Amino acid sequence: MSRAVEFLFRRKGGNGWHWTDIVTWVWLVGGVFIMFGPAVWLVGSSFKSPAALAEFPPTILPYVTQKATVEAYDKPLDLYEVTLDDGSKATLAEVRRIGVVSQMVDPVKPGEIVKVNIANRTPVRQMSFAAENYTEPFTHFDFVRYLWNSVFVTVTATLITLVVNSMAAFALSKYEFRGRTFAMLLILATLMVPLSVIMVPLYSIVSALGLFNNLWGVILPTVATPTGVFILRQYMLTIPDELIDAARMDKASEWQIYWRIILPLTAPALAVLAIFSVVWRWNDFLWPLIVLSRKELYTLQVGLSIYSGELNVQWHFILAMTVVTMIPVVLVFLFLQRFITTGIAGTGLK
Amino acid sequence: MTADVPGRTGLSLSDLAMVPVRLAMSFIDAPLRWVQKTFGLGGMATFFLLPNMLIFGIFVLLPFFINFAYSMTGGTALFLPDRSFVGTDQYARLFDCANYLDPNSCVEDTFWTAVGNTGWFVVLQVTLMIGFSLVTALILNRDLRARSFWRAVFFFPVLLSPVVVGLIWKWILQRQGLLNFGLFSFGFEPHVWLNDRTWSFAATVGVSIWAHMGFYTLIILAGLQAIPKDLYEAAEMDGTRTSRVFLRITLPLLMPNLLVVIVLVLIRAVQIFDEVYVLTGGGPGTSTLYLTQYIYETGFATQLRNPGLAAAASILMGVVLVVLTLLQLGLSRPSEKKGSRK
Repeated sequence: MSRAVEFLFRRKGGNGWHWTDIVTWVWLVGGVFIMFGPAVWLVGSSFKSPAALAEFPPTILPYVTQKATVEAYDKPLDLYEVTLDDGSKATLAEVRRIGVVSQMVDPVKPGEIVKVNIANRTPVRQMSFAAENYTEPFTHFDFVRYLWNSVFVTVTATLITLVVNSMAAFALSKYEFRGRTFAMLLILATLMVPLSVIMVPLYSIVSALGLFNNLWGVILPTVATPTGVFILRQYMLTIPDELIDAARMDKASEWQIYWRIILPLTAPALAVLAIFSVVWRWNDFLWPLIVLSRKELYTLQVGLSIYSGELNVQWHFILAMTVVTMIPVVLVFLFLQRFITTGIAGTGLK
Repeated sequence: MTADVPGRTGLSLSDLAMVPVRLAMSFIDAPLRWVQKTFGLGGMATFFLLPNMLIFGIFVLLPFFINFAYSMTGGTALFLPDRSFVGTDQYARLFDCANYLDPNSCVEDTFWTAVGNTGWFVVLQVTLMIGFSLVTALILNRDLRARSFWRAVFFFPVLLSPVVVGLIWKWILQRQGLLNFGLFSFGFEPHVWLNDRTWSFAATVGVSIWAHMGFYTLIILAGLQAIPKDLYEAAEMDGTRTSRVFLRITLPLLMPNLLVVIVLVLIRAVQIFDEVYVLTGGGPGTSTLYLTQYIYETGFATQLRNPGLAAAASILMGVVLVVLTLLQLGLSRPSEKKGSRK
């Protein structure tokens, strides 16, 4: 559609806007807000103190009411900008509030109490980033543990996936043997058997192998990905067989051919699979939720969902931990997006 | 292993890190040469295929077949030999209804509620998802400046984890959230969206579309870009109207691609779980309880867990998915032929 429409309704020379141009710009600008807005709002909120999070209407940026320590009072008191009866302005600290009257003291002269109508005072606010939302989960929750578990699962599963899938893809693309087509079909048929269909018996098998409440129980069932075998095999088919014949002529073993010739040449496809695998394993939720029931084994995703499902959700921690959970994926998005989009467009698989 | 890639630019730290790996690989080589000598090339093929097939057999094929046996057994025991054979009782229990149009008349009323919810969810989500992705793809296919930026905008949520997606929206839809703030500034009363049966259902539909739309947009966009440009030039020459160009050229040529996308969306919509579990937990009540969550809760999470019943329900869901996947295979084959004819 683009070229034709664009040519016919070019806005140069006072041709005016066609309705499709208007739709396009509304859609794209709206898209930026709807797609990025929620995530940006979450990141912004993660720097707010619990008091600021409970405010309604909320502020865009993290503000807190300034406090002052006043002699004779244990706790720091909230500071307010007050318009006094004689019209002058002062900065006072609130001692207590009774109905619409607020009892206040001057932080400099704490002796006398001034009564002020609450309509005449506004809180002194300052911007403050609550970095403790990020630092405290490391001590309060087993956040480091979850982070480590997630990293361990992601890295190990990805490495095993790359080795195991590339070996299978090598066999399926470069060897003639009986049952090759059958093996390929069997692998592709797995696409029809998602986790939600086999989770009950899979759980019993993982338990029988002693992998319940074990990170390996999360890793192993995920590594023989049909997508990975498929992507790598398609790529290896494009490597000329003459290379292999030449290597055999030079007395290279089959393992050396796989390791020193095929793998380096498959690097681009391996990179795509590695990126996919990292994102998949980092984001996995249902299976870890089933296999891991001990707190110290939770991955980030499981830990986050458990804590956010509690009765008293400590949102200031949850939000900060969510941001940390987002970081690796956002990095992948920023730097490797091109690989992923071409990967999806090329194979139609995710 | 991928450290091999940058290694080509010269000696670097990654090369150094690869030294033990290289050593290990050459260490493996000697026994493998023996395998090769003894069993020949066929033996090596088996060797290369074995790890993947072993893992695949244990963790995918075996559970797949055990699942049928599981669905024929009762009790709460975990391992199959300890379970008592009950024949088709679990299926009979699932289908034991006085009136099939009313979930409350069934013995397993939550199952039918989940089926009903999933049905509505699939219909709504698939329609809207295709609509939004198609419009977005059409717009991205125009001559835009910075097209890859705009494409990235819509693709961004695809990579986020479902848990993060659920939390992002839970935070927006809560009482002091951004949505209520927005409505409040226009003078509306704040509303607790996720405590409302209709709104929380709508939220699960909307959020799942938000999260996955970019993925399908990308596939449709690839289909749009495969349509020959000369067709549009000819239409332009004839002065054809935009809507006519869309209906007569774009849509028919995109159809094979679009059908595949529809089935893909369907397959994934039937299995919806993660985002919803975090966002609403199936609630309020059972208003956003979908099939996968029913299976999960029946099999693992409730006090009176019943793995046999969960297995039976998962097989019924599997049948639906197999039908949909075969449909996809049937639909994607002719489109491949068309592609190769070009």
